[in-house]
Amino acid sequence: MTVGLVLALTVGGLFAAGVYLMMSRNLVRVLLGFLLAGHGVNLLLLTSGTSGVAPIVGEGDPDAALADPLPQALILTSIVISLGVSAFLLAMVYRNYRSTAAIVVDTDEDEDLTRQDTTGGSE
Amino acid sequence: MGTSGAFAAAPWFLLAYLVLGLLGPACCRWWDRSALIVLSALPAATTVWAAAMLPSVLDGGSRTVTISWIPVLSLDLDFRLDALSMIMTLVIAGIGTLVLLYSSRYFPRGDDGLGKYLGSMLVFAGSMLGLVWADNLLLLVIFWELTGLLSYLLIAHRAGKQSSRSAASQAFLTTTAGGLVMLIGAVLLGELADTYRISEIIADPPQGGWVTAAVIMLIVGGITKSAIVPFSFWLPGAMAAPTPASAYLHAATMVKAGLYLFARLAPAFALPDGSPTFWQPLLILLGGATLLYGAVQALRQRDLKLLLAYGTVSQLGLMTLLLGAGNADALLGGMAMLLAHASFKAPLFFVVGIIDETTGTRDLTRLSGLRRRLPVPFWVAVAAGVSMAGVPPMLGFATKEAGYAGLLDGGTWGVVAVALMAVGSALTVTYTIRFLWGAFGDKDGVEPVRPKRAPALMTGPAVLLAVLGLIFGVVPQVLEGLLQSYARTAGETHADALALWHGFNLPLLLSVTGWVVGTGVFLAQRGIERARAAIAAPGAAPGGSYRATTRAVDFIAFGVTSATQRGSLPASMGAILLVLIVFPGLNLLHSGEVAGDVVLGDPAEVAVGAVVLVLAVSLLKIRRALVAVLVVGGIGYAIAVLYIVRGAPDLALTQLLVETVTLIAALLVLTRMPDTALSTGKRGNVIRTVLAIAAGALMTALALIIPGSRTLEPVSGALDGAAVTFGGGHNIVNVILVDVRAWDTYGEITVLVAAATGVASLIFINRRTGSVPRRPTVLPSDDSTRPDRPSPWLATNWSPRRSLLLEVVTRLIFHVIVVFSLFVLFVGHDEPGGGFAAGLIVGLALALRYLAGGAFELGEAAPVDAGILMGIGLLITSVMAVFGLLTGGAALQSTIFEADVAVLGHLKFVTSSLFDIGVYFVVIGLVLDVLRSMGAELDRQLVQDRVEQGQAQDRVGAGRRSGAPATAGSGRGRRR
Repeated sequence: MTVGLVLALTVGGLFAAGVYLMMSRNLVRVLLGFLLAGHGVNLLLLTSGTSGVAPIVGEGDPDAALADPLPQALILTSIVISLGVSAFLLAMVYRNYRSTAAIVVDTDEDEDLTRQDTTGGSE
Repeated sequence: MGTSGAFAAAPWFLLAYLVLGLLGPACCRWWDRSALIVLSALPAATTVWAAAMLPSVLDGGSRTVTISWIPVLSLDLDFRLDALSMIMTLVIAGIGTLVLLYSSRYFPRGDDGLGKYLGSMLVFAGSMLGLVWADNLLLLVIFWELTGLLSYLLIAHRAGKQSSRSAASQAFLTTTAGGLVMLIGAVLLGELADTYRISEIIADPPQGGWVTAAVIMLIVGGITKSAIVPFSFWLPGAMAAPTPASAYLHAATMVKAGLYLFARLAPAFALPDGSPTFWQPLLILLGGATLLYGAVQALRQRDLKLLLAYGTVSQLGLMTLLLGAGNADALLGGMAMLLAHASFKAPLFFVVGIIDETTGTRDLTRLSGLRRRLPVPFWVAVAAGVSMAGVPPMLGFATKEAGYAGLLDGGTWGVVAVALMAVGSALTVTYTIRFLWGAFGDKDGVEPVRPKRAPALMTGPAVLLAVLGLIFGVVPQVLEGLLQSYARTAGETHADALALWHGFNLPLLLSVTGWVVGTGVFLAQRGIERARAAIAAPGAAPGGSYRATTRAVDFIAFGVTSATQRGSLPASMGAILLVLIVFPGLNLLHSGEVAGDVVLGDPAEVAVGAVVLVLAVSLLKIRRALVAVLVVGGIGYAIAVLYIVRGAPDLALTQLLVETVTLIAALLVLTRMPDTALSTGKRGNVIRTVLAIAAGALMTALALIIPGSRTLEPVSGALDGAAVTFGGGHNIVNVILVDVRAWDTYGEITVLVAAATGVASLIFINRRTGSVPRRPTVLPSDDSTRPDRPSPWLATNWSPRRSLLLEVVTRLIFHVIVVFSLFVLFVGHDEPGGGFAAGLIVGLALALRYLAGGAFELGEAAPVDAGILMGIGLLITSVMAVFGLLTGGAALQSTIFEADVAVLGHLKFVTSSLFDIGVYFVVIGLVLDVLRSMGAELDRQLVQDRVEQGQAQDRVGAGRRSGAPATAGSGRGRRR
């Protein structure tokens, strides 16, 4: 079993750059980060399977080892889902821009529950 | 194991309670409150049915029914009817019938809460029956919690009142907390006994410290349910429920569930081998404390219903004390008391309800002269009160005598119990007299109230129960057989335990003393009240510990939440990453090692990987969004090359298409925003950098460790043959998607639909994408979008941006692309391709039309709603799923049809191709939604902004000309 170092580094590099961007307040950078991290995870899935010729029965050299098709199916799902999610993120970027004329998200003050003076439940 | 006989109908009865309970609201709409009379037939039938089985449960007989449910969890529908269950069944069904009849006149005509009340009551009665029939510990807990839930609904009947709601949640939280402890106890006991069947556990009880712990946990459930100290506080609050519901749940049945549990467990765990255990001190002390607490509190109440509620608390304590003594005779006394309590407490509640309904108050300081005006309720109350005070000839007397006799037989702790019971009984006499005096007595200085007439259906059930109490009181021997059958499961008993006259003995002496002392206390209390010219006021509402606990939980919850959820996106992300790095990361360092040989990788991989890394790093420094998006697109294309190198043509194809669609969507949106989108101007953050590098290192480590850590053959190793034989396709990846893991794909396309809907609703604020923009027939006055000259190449000539080259190319290749997509779709089962890729190809074709001709061109190219396309896709895949079931296989299982057709030759059709067609439609719908939202709709909004801006400037101009200050809005129109 051989392990490709460059591919592993690519996975790590994509993920690091991706999450760095995702930790930004700028929504466009979050979107870019999401795309990068997605690529990184897809490649990680790919490295978990064996490499080989395309997993199509009856084509090419019958003796050559087929690439593991299962990670490929998982990645295919992942790629298409990430299209849906990035479209949604884009829509959010635009909506945020229309609503606030800003591309940056602020800290959500409503989330800060210490500011709430009710005690809820017990009453 | 007994036979089932007529008891085989038990599950059907439970089902009937559920079904009629659900139909209850509808019945109330048809028949109004008469529905209660009609549906009281169900508990009446249950009573008759159960009574008919009486002979079969005498002398240790039983009936059982078992329906297998979840055998893996030892959870089966085991029902069992023995003497103890029979006592409870008769109380639940009998009182239930009377309560429903009574309720049919208690509520006013057309009461809108009636349907909910009727439904809850029926389902409650069913749950309660299930509880006493359950012969499986887990099933018992399930019914136990169900009764608590329905009690919650009934206490909160007047949901508009805040006090009702808080009383309801107090009762619910308290009993449910107990129920959870009980669940732990049930699982513990079941595992220790190696069976969850209650009858088997009782017949052969396990022993040891853990068993004691399990039984104590079960007892905790019991004392919360039966409002035993220290959990008594919820029962008075539960009086917010309608009075008949209180009579039923909080006097006659639900609060007896705990007692039932004690009675059920006592034969096995109270006095194993005749030696005392924790059982006696625990239950006798708690029961005694409750007995005295309830009685004293009852003396301080002005509200007749609360007086009865505390009376109930006190009586529950008394019965717990009797069951706590645990010897056979005391158990008999306890269950006899339970029957007697049902026969006197329910009519007393009925009388309070009548007084409340006819006079409008339950305050004993305002009631006077009712003895003459409500004679029937008065005599009912006297009879029931006499029974409650334990005075002959009512049933309460005989049962109390039996209780004394049983306790006197119960050893040292029995003597303690007798002392407690004697004091409690005296106080019971006191609060009984106080109740009768308060409700019906003449009071100085209080105007006699003038009640309305009480309906016969309200007095009738009360009279019936009072008469039953009298009959059983005179000849209690008729109950002897049933009670002895239960008590003898715990050991030898004395015969003739119940009798109106046992001769002069110690129990009689104790009773007489109780009457005298009780009356004396009443007179003394009245004397003090007269002297002060004031009637004792109740103390603070009980439940301080409950309120303190809930407050503390709230406080901690708010503290934790506000400490962890700061509302900052970077902080939340960072926290997630930190957890990822610390826990899996440290584990990885601890245990993981690279098992394979680390090589650089093949040259193509190295080259492409290097490109990707360089692009990714350079992305961090880019300040212009458009450039950044292009760079990300480049990374995506490079990765597609990597996929090809690694033998994944399907991935490469899909990746290329997705990357292109993403790029188009991103450019569409970003060109509508300032090109400064990325220029934050801030320096990089050290914490972020560290986290990101650590996370990246973790992923690299994973990528190095995962391939070498495999110990088994890949599951996909055997898929190549199966794909052809069963999946009917040569492209294994596609067969996995549409056949082997089709559920997964089904879930995925629903996610796509959700995402598309999200996109549309974020962009179109007020409406769905419903209207498809088509070629306008009338030119708008605004000329900003008018073409320079007509285009011969496209369906519309309505584009603000014209490119002849694009128009020509679009014209030439649009239809070719669509036909090609069909090819990709249908070969997908055998070659790279399939529904996803084909759908994306159509999407790109549509994007081309939009880019060349604008919104109207897109509308002409795809004159359908994207939502409808996606709906069709989901429908096709769902039909496919059902088709697999119809052909006798699993959902989504595919079928291969093969036929030799003239001219066309040998044809093969796999039903999973249909599934792929569904996917195709969903993906087209998604891309269309994206184009229509981010393309066409943004165009429209932009034009609208421009028009509004122009108008605003006109207004400002006009204002300037007329000399008015130019303070009108800036007209940027962004805040929508």
